Amino acid sequence: MAFPMDSLLVCVVLIDLALLAVNRLVTLVRIAALQGVLIGGLSLYVGGADAASILTATASLVLKGIVFPFMLMRAMREASINREVEPYIGLNLSIIFGLALLALSLWLGFKLPLPVAAASTLIVPVALFTILAGLFLIVGRLKALTQIVGYLVLENGIYTFSLAISHQSSWIVELGILLDVFVAVFIMGVITYQINREFDHIDTNQLSDLKD
Amino acid sequence: MIILALLTIPFAAAGASILIKPDRVRRILVIGTAAVHLSMVAGLWVHPVPADPTAWLAVDALGLMFLSVTSLLFFCSALYSVFYLKRVAENPQYESSDDDVLFGHRLEARFSAWLCLFLGSMSLVCLCRNFGLLWVAIEATTLFTAPLIFFKRNRHSLEATWKYLVLCSVGIALALLGNFFMTIAAVVNPDQPVSLFLPDLIRGAPSMHRVWLKAAFLLFFVGYGTKIGLAPLHNWLPDAHTEAPSLVSALLSGALCNCSFLALMRVQQIMVAAGLSGFTEDVYLVIGLLSMAVAAVFILGQGNYKRMLAYSTVEHMGIAAFGIGVGGSAIFGSMLQVVNSAVVKSMLFLVAGNILAAYRTKTEDGVRGMLQAMPVSAGLWIAGLFAITGAPPFGVFFGKWVILVETFATGRFVAAVLFLFFLAVIFIGMSKTMLEMGFGGSQRLKMTENPLSLASPLILGLISLLLGLVVPTAVSDLLHQAARMLSGG
Repeated sequence: MAFPMDSLLVCVVLIDLALLAVNRLVTLVRIAALQGVLIGGLSLYVGGADAASILTATASLVLKGIVFPFMLMRAMREASINREVEPYIGLNLSIIFGLALLALSLWLGFKLPLPVAAASTLIVPVALFTILAGLFLIVGRLKALTQIVGYLVLENGIYTFSLAISHQSSWIVELGILLDVFVAVFIMGVITYQINREFDHIDTNQLSDLKD
Repeated sequence: MIILALLTIPFAAAGASILIKPDRVRRILVIGTAAVHLSMVAGLWVHPVPADPTAWLAVDALGLMFLSVTSLLFFCSALYSVFYLKRVAENPQYESSDDDVLFGHRLEARFSAWLCLFLGSMSLVCLCRNFGLLWVAIEATTLFTAPLIFFKRNRHSLEATWKYLVLCSVGIALALLGNFFMTIAAVVNPDQPVSLFLPDLIRGAPSMHRVWLKAAFLLFFVGYGTKIGLAPLHNWLPDAHTEAPSLVSALLSGALCNCSFLALMRVQQIMVAAGLSGFTEDVYLVIGLLSMAVAAVFILGQGNYKRMLAYSTVEHMGIAAFGIGVGGSAIFGSMLQVVNSAVVKSMLFLVAGNILAAYRTKTEDGVRGMLQAMPVSAGLWIAGLFAITGAPPFGVFFGKWVILVETFATGRFVAAVLFLFFLAVIFIGMSKTMLEMGFGGSQRLKMTENPLSLASPLILGLISLLLGLVVPTAVSDLLHQAARMLSGG
């Protein structure tokens, strides 16, 4: 049981590091989608065999693996966004930061032992690292589109965390969460398009008129 | 039944406003929805519905209190929206292209629909009994308000909307993590599913895992605190309040921030039941004072009057949090504070909308001589100044007074002095700006004031005065009951 689970979780960590290192926007979106599929698959594997668990896990898999990348790619095409990621914090430095965050998550993960036996002891540190990597993408990249990807990675991390308690939550709530995330990405995508139309590019550092 | 209707009616009205073609019918529909909602909430006051402990939706004192404020403010904003939308319709600069999904042509239909969806999601926040559903509802309020903030469709509103969406979505995502931490804290038997229903959590609170529960609280505090507008996570708030149409600012400040505060209070109920109120006290005290300090710094010399009101919202949410931190009877003070400041602040934002319509500028030095030009709005503006800064006999005074007395009574002298100091600075800052706007010399001639633009602020002003002069026993009972839920009594 632990063997495929642990190796897949290690893959999630590697994807996080890759997200911090890539330079092409298309690749970034694809890697994030791959992560979504991986985590959706994990939750199918860990979750219960009842219809509700399978439904929510599949819904999340389809949304993150197909719908979101499609929406983001479309926004990118329509707004003819330039292909580079344009990091605010350089790519090499980002990886070093990433490794530091990984160490921090491992330390925190062992500080916070789960009171119940989970499918794998790696779940908590991996989830924390994915969350921190998502936050880092939001803070450390200029483009509005990369911030959406960062938000999705953050959400992936939180979803990973829920694997530790997969038997505990209610499917109504899980579907509600997925619906919210879907609408969030949809609205953010539309706003990205507007930003691009208004400013001719989607650097969020152009959005700095409002201050005291 | 009535509880379900409180949710379905706004959502149905949202659907209908997209379909209805004539503007006049749609405006009546929005006001009608607001009126029906308000009267149903009033019905809940007269005939309380007993809460079923296993229900997803139920109404308790705390929920009813926030629901009533939300419903009242929505009704007033809906009335005001007729004035606002008429003005927008006469103003071609708001014309939009057709290719746009969220805001495209028939702008007004979409605006009304988003407004109704906003009401529905806020009602859900006030009524739901399950932590997961609460999260879904809070995130929904964020999503439904984003298009409202973007309504003016210019660069600045774009910037404000983007900041709002990203900051609040990320914050609320952390609150979702808080939900999972709470689930882990509540696990007793690994084979048994954990219920995230409020009554179950409160019952199980004393035996929860401390470390996980504390971590969950901090995540909730950061998450919902972002949405409340507590410093240092308030950065979206001044921008969003300044760029949104004034009636939306009124709802953001009075209803949205309050609903998020309610979500945090639900968490607080569990922390109190778990006997961890000592741990949460310090967090509330420090962050409350910090929010007041930040507000004081930015209100002093603030050139933009809508921004000044926005910082005043940061201040008031800070005061409410401070009261929760002080504990004891200050919790009742916080409840008073939340209700009163919401009413007054919404009134001020609506009046700010009138000023903006008349003077066409948000900078305070562009607005002088309001008393000659628009006497009724000016009167409301000056009255609002005294009401919001806590002068008797307005309701806000009593909230602040109760909190201050309890702070001294519990021996927190440094905190009390700081509290008073920030209040004084904010009073000086706000009164300088607002009095100059009212009295400053100007050659402006008297303008005709549209009665539609005055009705809502007048209603809210009178309510605030009433809540200061004679608090009806029903209201004070409800607030006491709500406060007891937060003090473990």
